[in-house]
Amino acid sequence: MSTRSNEAQDRAPQTIQYVTVRIGGQLFGVPIEIVHEVFTPDRITRVPLAPSEIEGVLNLRGRIVTMVNMRRLLGLSGAADAVTAVGIERSGEAFGLIIDEVGEVLVLETGHREPNPSNLDPRWTELVTGVHRLTDELMLVLDVERALGRLATRRIAA
Amino acid sequence: MAQEPPPNLVDAFPGLAVTPLETNMDDLLREFLTETTESLDVADVELVKFERDPNNREILNNIFRLVHTIKGTCGFIGLTRLAALAHAAETLMDKFRDGIPVTQEAVSLVLVTIDRVKLILGDIEASEGQEPQGSDADLIDQLLAMATQPVAVEAPIAAPAADPVSLVPAPIRTEAAPTGGKLIQTLERELLPGEVSLDELERVFRETPVETPQAKVPAGPAGAPAPARRGDDDASPTSSIAAQSIRVNVGTLEHLMTMVSELVLTRNQLLEIARRNEDHDYKVALQRLSNVTGELQDAIMRTRMQPIGNAWQKLPRIVRDLAQELGKQVELEMLGSETELDRQVLDQIKDPLTHMVRNSADHGLEMPEDRRRAGKPEKGMIRLSAYHEGGFVIVKISDDGKGLDIARIKAKALENGLADEAELAKMSETQLFRFIFHPGFSTAAKVTSVSGRGVGMDVVRSNIEAIGGTVDVQSRAGSGSTFVIKIPLTLAIMPALIVEVSGERCAVPQNAVLELVRIQPNSEHAVRRLKDAPVLCLRNRLLPIVHLGRVLGLVPEQSEDTFDTGLIAVMQVGNESFGIVVDSVSHTEEIVVKPMASVLRQVTLVSGSTILGDGHVIMIVDPNGLAQHVAARSESLAGQAAENGQANAEAEDAPVSLLLFRAGSQEIKAVPLSLVTRLEELDRTRIEQVDGRAVIQYRGRLIPVVRADGDTGYEKTGVQPMLVFSDDSRVMGLAVDEIVDIVESRLDLELASASAHALGGAIIDGRATEILDVSHFLHLAFVDEPETDRNAAGGRRHLLLVDDSAFFRELIQPVLRGRGYAVTACGSAREALERLASDRRYDAIVSDVEMPDMDGFRFAEAVRGDLGMTRVPIIALATANPGLAIQRGRAAGFTDCVAKFDRPGLISALQEFACAAEGEAA
Repeated sequence: MSTRSNEAQDRAPQTIQYVTVRIGGQLFGVPIEIVHEVFTPDRITRVPLAPSEIEGVLNLRGRIVTMVNMRRLLGLSGAADAVTAVGIERSGEAFGLIIDEVGEVLVLETGHREPNPSNLDPRWTELVTGVHRLTDELMLVLDVERALGRLATRRIAA
Repeated sequence: MAQEPPPNLVDAFPGLAVTPLETNMDDLLREFLTETTESLDVADVELVKFERDPNNREILNNIFRLVHTIKGTCGFIGLTRLAALAHAAETLMDKFRDGIPVTQEAVSLVLVTIDRVKLILGDIEASEGQEPQGSDADLIDQLLAMATQPVAVEAPIAAPAADPVSLVPAPIRTEAAPTGGKLIQTLERELLPGEVSLDELERVFRETPVETPQAKVPAGPAGAPAPARRGDDDASPTSSIAAQSIRVNVGTLEHLMTMVSELVLTRNQLLEIARRNEDHDYKVALQRLSNVTGELQDAIMRTRMQPIGNAWQKLPRIVRDLAQELGKQVELEMLGSETELDRQVLDQIKDPLTHMVRNSADHGLEMPEDRRRAGKPEKGMIRLSAYHEGGFVIVKISDDGKGLDIARIKAKALENGLADEAELAKMSETQLFRFIFHPGFSTAAKVTSVSGRGVGMDVVRSNIEAIGGTVDVQSRAGSGSTFVIKIPLTLAIMPALIVEVSGERCAVPQNAVLELVRIQPNSEHAVRRLKDAPVLCLRNRLLPIVHLGRVLGLVPEQSEDTFDTGLIAVMQVGNESFGIVVDSVSHTEEIVVKPMASVLRQVTLVSGSTILGDGHVIMIVDPNGLAQHVAARSESLAGQAAENGQANAEAEDAPVSLLLFRAGSQEIKAVPLSLVTRLEELDRTRIEQVDGRAVIQYRGRLIPVVRADGDTGYEKTGVQPMLVFSDDSRVMGLAVDEIVDIVESRLDLELASASAHALGGAIIDGRATEILDVSHFLHLAFVDEPETDRNAAGGRRHLLLVDDSAFFRELIQPVLRGRGYAVTACGSAREALERLASDRRYDAIVSDVEMPDMDGFRFAEAVRGDLGMTRVPIIALATANPGLAIQRGRAAGFTDCVAKFDRPGLISALQEFACAAEGEAA
């Protein structure tokens, strides 16, 4: 993953391309290289006894994709209908992050990324690796790797 | 994304294990056949080129080396007929190199020779190493004649072939070999016969190919070689050899596997469509496609098969070293090492097998002198055997040692708190033996470097169970133990029963299903209850029954199950038999197992998922997980009341199932599901009015209906959702607007309630939820009944309620109050003791058994002993097994013990004891 925070501290004017997604009103950015596709989830099968953040699994062209409800993962209320999902891949497994909507692709300088504000919801600080100030709103950089990692460790702890 | 091999597969099948093959002649021969066939195919092409371009020395040298290598190898492995033929051909080729003109005739002769070689190779393959009888004198003579005679050609150069051709001319570097670059590289070296084969051997070691079983491939034509055969029809005899062991990249194989999986899915999809259509022409073709797909799947599966001997290879050495280290004499016998199973499975069982063999040598076998004393040969025997049975491979590891020490196992089980004396006494030997698979269980008296640390057999078991296998042990004192491992042949594709339960479809692996039984009430196949445990009487067996939907959390955790309809799949996992109740079984299907994402692997009841013909993903139920679930339940029924404090703390934290519904307002209301007897939806026309109160006829009796929102009127039409509560003999319906959900949630009452109908508020699923007080509604429904009369005689009785769970205290207090008791609640045993020390006027004590710090038993002892209150009834509330708690509890001073959520039981116990004992302080 090339979005580690140590790179952000590099002085070189590197840029990262983000796909912006909206989850519960908040704008997040996901590095474009980890986004495989955007798709509309269809026929999600619930997984019995699974953590509530996992909406279920579905068949995407022959592959089983594990669907993660990002709202629930971020502790946001009001579960939206699963209308849009971002397909990503993590250690060989396919995941679909259910989000509200997909925005655009932004090219942002890593140097402009600011650290998380200290009063950010602790649940979010784990999953957000910085903030970019856009012209009319803030975009949080979502660390998908950590978000899914948390899902895994939480499950083991539980 | 689609181009990469699906990572789940790659993930599931880590790289091919490199294991050396047996260095026997058969493998060498097989390798030789492959190599030679490949070489000959190249030689064919080269010769044809050579014929067109006779002056190209490069091509000539290539051919010469090919033939030379064949000759050398043949000589080395004793194929004299081939060697002679190759030698003659080589002689001629050498002449070409020396400059005799290349004629079409000569080339033809060499081609014929090559064809002959191919035929002989085919026969060798068919006869597994035997060179066919026959003579090649005709060809050899022609070859030699052509070589020695300056035949009618333009520029004859006579050069008798006196020189044995093993003197190889200096190799000429061939830079751009047009075909078979890799092959030619090998041949560029100057090779003596021995070198060739050693090299080959090493290569075999390095690149253990995935082998297809030789016997199953049609062999080349049998019988004497027919010299008439020419290169144009050489494909049939040679391709069999080549196809048999072309080296294939593992990735390619996995990709193939994935593609076949997809093909199987597509076929299933088509079959699904065909089921709905009645087009006959179409069906015939589909049937054909189906068969071919099946065969293709079979064939691909076979490419993944490896002999189990590959996993055994290191064992003789391990056993030998171990025997030396331990000062024992051990003989290792291995039977059925050719038994094949999936590479992935093989990888998984390698370590468990090694561990078990070590265990047998270390624990099982005695020291030589002990053996002599026991009248056994000094040399101990460990026997490994493997064979196919159904879709399984059975692996047995047996030793003729001392057998498992039952006394030690019992002692250890006691020590580890796995069971108590009484339970141990009741257990069969088989059950006792199974303790050795518990974590941290080692009966070795002392820890050796080999074993005895108790970190073995449980890992063995979990490894084996992880691949859908089972392990069991049989043992007889003095004559040895046998471990039986049963593992599926393959993990990738399996037959499964597609069942439907609570509207969801699931796959149940068919190899775990013994039979299907339709539930018929009032017949021999009825589900009966032993206390709360549903069982099926099937012939002479009693099977525990679980609701699949229930254990998967698909249906509400009702306090009463109905087993009036549906099917029971009788399952066998290891020695555990049980039944699972499903709504229906649709069909069986070969499903392709897709592993669960790593974040979902903790879900033990689901082992994977699969894509059905219609594209839907469904879950594969894990029979092992189910068996553990059943076993855990029966264990808890068999008594875990004596569990330690930590487990209790967990139990207290355990989530409660809550039924969420709406009534009156939009806010969510909840009742603990355990208090709900049934959920009903009934036609509102059935609601009648009797004496100004709403009632319905329900199961042959009239029960009152109360609205949860406090109103009294009812709509005249539509469907009325209703929760049915029963308390003692009283049954009532609680009418609600909508049943929302059933959730598992830790319940902490955040707010005490001011209103009578609610216990308080709690946060459930992130929403503020009102927890209703069921007893309030019971009270409302039976308002006219003189319910407190029962206790009127003795006046208001005083109870002391001790429970560390605030929720439970809140739950039970109103119930007891509703029964006319005055209740004082304490959150801990110490608090209760303090209260009792200052005020002894309690008619009865109701105490939880499992509490942190001081549990119910010690509390009861303190009450009886320290406080000297010998007569006050103490009723214990046990979450797990009242039976066992009674045994222990009697000793501690409990009067009776009831299950925690068994309210009628508690009420009747209170009536019995609290009324009988007329108050200690009185």
